[in-house]
Amino acid sequence: MKKVFTRPKSLKPAPFHYCPGCGHSIIHRLVAELIDEMDIRGKIICIPPAGCAVLAYNYFDIDTCESAHGRGCAIATGFKRALPDRIVFTYQGDGDMAAIGTAETIHAANRGEIITSIFVNNAVYGMTGGQMAPTTMLGQKTTTSPYGRRSKVEGYPLKITDLIAQLPGAAYVARTSVATPAKVMATKKALKRAFEIQISGLGYTLVEVLSPCPTNWKVSPKEAFKFLEEIMEKEYPLGVFKDIG
Amino acid sequence: MDKIEKILMKGTDAIGEAAIQAGCKCYFGYPITPQNEIPEYMSRRMEEVGGVFLQGESEIASINMVLGAAASGARAMTSSSSPGISLKQEGLSFLASLELPAVIVNINRGGPGLGNIAPSQGDYYQATRGGGHGDYRMPVYAPASVQELYDITMKCFDIADLYRSPVMILGDGMMGQIVEPVILHGREDIELPPKDYILDGAAGRPSRIVKSLILDVRLMEEHNWKLKRKYDLMKRDLPLHEEFMTEDAKMIVVAYGTAARIAKGAVKRVRANGFQVGLIRPITLWPFPDEAILNLTKKAKLVLVFEMSTGQMIDDVRLATRGKIDCEFYGRPGGVVAAPQEISRIIERHWLQWELS
Repeated sequence: MKKVFTRPKSLKPAPFHYCPGCGHSIIHRLVAELIDEMDIRGKIICIPPAGCAVLAYNYFDIDTCESAHGRGCAIATGFKRALPDRIVFTYQGDGDMAAIGTAETIHAANRGEIITSIFVNNAVYGMTGGQMAPTTMLGQKTTTSPYGRRSKVEGYPLKITDLIAQLPGAAYVARTSVATPAKVMATKKALKRAFEIQISGLGYTLVEVLSPCPTNWKVSPKEAFKFLEEIMEKEYPLGVFKDIG
Repeated sequence: MDKIEKILMKGTDAIGEAAIQAGCKCYFGYPITPQNEIPEYMSRRMEEVGGVFLQGESEIASINMVLGAAASGARAMTSSSSPGISLKQEGLSFLASLELPAVIVNINRGGPGLGNIAPSQGDYYQATRGGGHGDYRMPVYAPASVQELYDITMKCFDIADLYRSPVMILGDGMMGQIVEPVILHGREDIELPPKDYILDGAAGRPSRIVKSLILDVRLMEEHNWKLKRKYDLMKRDLPLHEEFMTEDAKMIVVAYGTAARIAKGAVKRVRANGFQVGLIRPITLWPFPDEAILNLTKKAKLVLVFEMSTGQMIDDVRLATRGKIDCEFYGRPGGVVAAPQEISRIIERHWLQWELS
């Protein structure tokens, strides 16, 4: 019988530790599939974040270098400058990318660093237990914004992807979602485009993926996907903001 | 480099050139006085030798760029001065745990806080106690001449590779700015362990992980003991010091770096007045030359520690001498550089007070 669905070679045979309904496992799988399909396993290096995906090295069967919280783009810069012919990507959450690592992220993008950032936005700090993130939406309750995020107290959701799209060093910037199978496929397409543009050496590439966190949103996985599509995608519109390829 | 040449060189340039000759492929740094001549030198030279120079957006970014380059297998370095070194501590802790080689230069300035840009030794504790979080150490070298800056910088890259550890060069504004003749030489070829940990894409081999997250406490404890065993080897093999007129000395002055240069002048002066005083200069601040200091002070009656701080290395001198000899202290913190006359007066005062004649 013909096999029509298998585990990508770039994924280790390990069950994901992520919560039921979490988007990370879907995104991990997309990345692994792409590494197989593009035949780049022997030249790709992953920099996972401090955050829920800190254990990404337990799943990706590729060279992986841990980063301190927020420092992914600086470490990726070190790798890429030392090994310009390798493909280097960071895998970061919203706190990592857009709070503690804002400087590293913006400046890597502005230098046109030939790396890719996969930015998983679930609007909360997941691993530490659901605290407010820079991307938490107005009114959204978290463990450190128990009255709902108020613009006058906690400021506004930070749209770092939109900011980065303005920078001349950024070559490809897109925001996608994993809310539906079609959007998952669109995410894969965007990730592929980002890797391709990195290989062409055109500049910094970024794919923000909106992803559900039912555990910390305190809803069922089904409701989380609904919230993702109906609320989060309104705050963070999907699309390709830049493609100079 | 085969030809031996002696040229006049500034301390910061000697550090830069030694790094290049040692095969440093990547330099990442951020401007801060008084060490800006290092990134400036590297920005010019790296282009010439086909290496990487990049000015990071911060000290934090720079040390993490070093981390990435080191994990890729390249010889990498960064330099900064006190407030900037504070920012690099997170990265130093990671480098220590990840067991990645890197060379970090601290041109120590006056502090705490923003302090000033004058030569100081106020960062001794930070340098020799790890500095960042967690249970780690790192070798710290304190050169006291431009030639030594050159030689030690070159050596540090090998030490870093041999032990898979960050290594610090602790200088100060004086060491950085001083201009002296230097004999430039190439790197001695020594046998280094294979870099079987590097990440360069898992082509034709199993994938590798460079990580310091060890959630299982028993495994973390094992990692801590593994590092400890490495630090024990460093303690056995790395201590370096210089002795000056110590043979018959009744009083031993202990000083490092710029303070040792000043103290040496003072020792020469008091010798001329008939006082039997010698100098011991720790070259490695960690591991500290405990044994040499203990042996030397067996015959002496008094130790005088001179530092350009309110007294930090004196703790290590006391530990080394195990309470077997009295230790006096003289310090000039805040960026003040004492003249040899000032130190020779202090030496003579202690000599008379302790009735050493």
